[in-house]
Amino acid sequence: MNVSVVVFPGSNCDQDAVRALASFSGRPVAQVWHGDPALPAATDLVILPGGFSYGDYLRTGAMAARSPIMEAVRRHAYEGGLVLGICNGFQILTEARLLPGTLLPNKTLTFVCKPCTLRVERTDTPFTGAFRPNQVVQFPIAHHEGLFYLPEKELDELEQRGQVVFRYASPEGSVAPEASPNGSLRNIAGIVNERGNVLGLMPHPERASDPVLGERDGLLVWQSVAGWIEGGH
Amino acid sequence: MDFRTVGLTENEYKTILRELGRTPNETELRLFGVMWSEHCSYKSTRPLLRLFPIEGRAVVQGPGENAGVVDLGEGFGLAFKVESHNHPSAVEPYQGAATGVGGIIRDILAMGARPVASMDGLFFGDPELRKTKALRQGIVAGIGGYGNAVGVPTVGGKTVYDEAYTENPLVNAFCAGVVRLEDMVRSDTAQSGRLVVLLGAKTGRDGIAGAAFASVELAEDTSASRPQVQIGDPFAEKLLIECCLELLEKRLIDSMQDMGAAGIISSSSEIAAKSGVGMTLDLDRVPLREKGMTPWEIALSESQERMLLIVNPDRMEQVLQVAAKWALDCTVFGETTGDGRYVMKAGGAMVVDLPPAFIGGNAPIIHWPSREPRDLEERQRLEVEELSPPKDLGAVLRSLLEDPNLGSKAWISEQYDSMVQTNTVIGPGGPVSVLRVLRGDKSPVFVAFSMEADPWKCRTDPRGGGAETVARTLRSLSVCGAEPLGWTNCLNFPSPQDPEVFWEMRECVQGMADAARGLSCPVVSGNVSLYNETPQKKILPTPLVVTAGLLSDLDGFLPWSRWREGDHLFLAGMPNTALGASRYLLRTFGLLQGKILPFDAGAEQDFTARARRTAKERAARSARSLAGGGLAVALAKEAMESGIGARLDVQIPTRPDVFLFGEGGPRALYAVPPASLPLFRSIWRGSPLTELGVATGNILDVKRGFSLSLAELRDSWRR
Repeated sequence: MNVSVVVFPGSNCDQDAVRALASFSGRPVAQVWHGDPALPAATDLVILPGGFSYGDYLRTGAMAARSPIMEAVRRHAYEGGLVLGICNGFQILTEARLLPGTLLPNKTLTFVCKPCTLRVERTDTPFTGAFRPNQVVQFPIAHHEGLFYLPEKELDELEQRGQVVFRYASPEGSVAPEASPNGSLRNIAGIVNERGNVLGLMPHPERASDPVLGERDGLLVWQSVAGWIEGGH
Repeated sequence: MDFRTVGLTENEYKTILRELGRTPNETELRLFGVMWSEHCSYKSTRPLLRLFPIEGRAVVQGPGENAGVVDLGEGFGLAFKVESHNHPSAVEPYQGAATGVGGIIRDILAMGARPVASMDGLFFGDPELRKTKALRQGIVAGIGGYGNAVGVPTVGGKTVYDEAYTENPLVNAFCAGVVRLEDMVRSDTAQSGRLVVLLGAKTGRDGIAGAAFASVELAEDTSASRPQVQIGDPFAEKLLIECCLELLEKRLIDSMQDMGAAGIISSSSEIAAKSGVGMTLDLDRVPLREKGMTPWEIALSESQERMLLIVNPDRMEQVLQVAAKWALDCTVFGETTGDGRYVMKAGGAMVVDLPPAFIGGNAPIIHWPSREPRDLEERQRLEVEELSPPKDLGAVLRSLLEDPNLGSKAWISEQYDSMVQTNTVIGPGGPVSVLRVLRGDKSPVFVAFSMEADPWKCRTDPRGGGAETVARTLRSLSVCGAEPLGWTNCLNFPSPQDPEVFWEMRECVQGMADAARGLSCPVVSGNVSLYNETPQKKILPTPLVVTAGLLSDLDGFLPWSRWREGDHLFLAGMPNTALGASRYLLRTFGLLQGKILPFDAGAEQDFTARARRTAKERAARSARSLAGGGLAVALAKEAMESGIGARLDVQIPTRPDVFLFGEGGPRALYAVPPASLPLFRSIWRGSPLTELGVATGNILDVKRGFSLSLAELRDSWRR
């Protein structure tokens, strides 16, 4: 599995993603500078990492979405390649219109960093094949703008098309609004595009990929992607 | 221009005249005014700081550089320091706190280290006041806003509330970084014929003479001081960090300094003085943010996110390329020379011509008069027999858990990214924070940090309180199994011109030094913040200590809050302690009084050695060193977080309230599984050890004390 992590000025989870993926796959992970025109050949998965790209100036993700590398990321996605945006990466994907919706400031109006439980809603995407249906997993969150928003009607359509992949849930799997740490509509934590090859996720699987740090459910994401690639997709 | 306008004393001015053999011009005079301010020169405290032990096995770099460095093995070191940003945070809480975080991160970076962890010591006023709430909200948001964006995890901290800080809150920012020792940057390595380079943000009028502002008392109306507060840009800092680390990795620079207090003059003259070279700087070449800045404004500006580099001319082209990649301004504005003179030019004229070593290092020491406080006896008087013991000790415990000093701080720490860089093994909320340190292709090690302050004990018993503060960090580290490496401190005090304040400060420092010597743990860096007072109120004597300890692996790490059904609970250390300046006394009786237990080096050594052995030999399941609120609060925290109660039946050797809520001295609460009892008892044989009872059920039940359910405890703690 060939992974490329894009580094924007202000990215700060790029090295975490590189380490998590290199450790999982046993292979070097490419780091792609935001000003580069192209992705390394044979890239299977592009990760847009968390952080504060361009200092979050203008709007979170707005400037990064217009970086030179994003044309190549867009092409990669059109060709069916996998793209995962984590946290700020999710925000960038919505600004780049590769994913619908927008991420608004948390209901607390503060930054929130803590462990979080999520329920997986689909196990037939490239990113979730290794999960059990409705499995509750733990990934931490760390963001100021994580409240996923879409107008009601579009939200219904998103649900009907099965694009919601992760929801904030109680440890028992209930997705009542209280289980959401940020007020996200319908507890949405992660969505895919219609084709299913682009995932935006506010929680951080790369922070839950190392037993020394306590959580390891993030490995399921990497296992899913590896399985998908090996399966010849 | 009169020397008094820039804050110099007559004696200082005479020293300048004598050394220069002429009258300094206005620019020079203004430079001296800032460089010889308390904040930059430590002129009131240098003799006190000499009391600290600074030598130790692990010390690679002691006090005097941007940060201290201790050895982590395999060619890696840990750079760390804590620094105050009190005055700015009192005036403009968000920016004051944010730039405090940014400044200490650059201090660590200036050692050539990658910043890997931050912590913050926060001291707020009366928690019920709107003023406190507003300051607190701004300060916490500022720390988060900067630290989160710059990608350095905030792994812990300490939050204190007392009305003494209502007008003068304190923000002490700590940062640690990891450095390859062969790449460590020093300020004494510049040679002549090198370029002096400014990297990063443009220079503006912000923060001019901030160091001087931090060296006097806060005025009644602090809004007039706003221009002296700097404005932070964490995005620029993030780029600066990555750029500097890339320059170091490619070995493109000879030396580096951060620009903090007193900006260009401080950073450049320090390199010139320590390296023994001259320097010629052309202020006309400094990229400016605004027009019409005078030479002294440029030289003294504290604009943030700037670094000073010393570069070999042959490598300048490559330096420019790296800076361009990170979109940072990078400008040559001077050179090092062999003539030993520190010269600044502006508008074609020479505006400064001074001997470099004289600028920073020669402020005459001020020996302030010192006098034992007249009311010291009154502060220390405490007749326990005169206090009628409360009838309901359960209510006392609940009230202590509701004390914002002891309650949960999750609402603060959750606003900070504590996990970025994915090395945080134990984040905020416990007695220590634990970080993994990667050492290239060698095995990682783990570093534990403990931050402590107990201004109440320093008030009633300055020497004992100073010792207790240091000892507490060493106990916490030892109980979790870490070998202490070294410590850093921030001495926050009111004006030293008050003889009683100066006496308190000297006593505190003496106590801290006694504890450090007694436990063989050296100081590697530190900072002093004086004049923390307003016309109405002085802060409490507030030394803050952060100690780093080494865990070679996690097998020898003994965590806390891990009780299981059937574990035996022990109190290791003296059962009988003191109520002096305890949270219990303050909260229940409103008394800030009483002496504390004197520091006993032998007992501390014995305790910490046994504690480390207990962890290493895995003789216990859970342990917590006792601190604020004493045994009862430790029991409550262990029970709540473990999710299990306990039944305790002890022949209490003293008054129940003294036993349960007394503080001070080396003591810890252990939970030991039955199978480990023989080993645990053998480790503690010959030392005071009290078996307390058994962990069980969901009620914390102390016979002749209190009985509270876990739900009741949690309800109070999270209030």
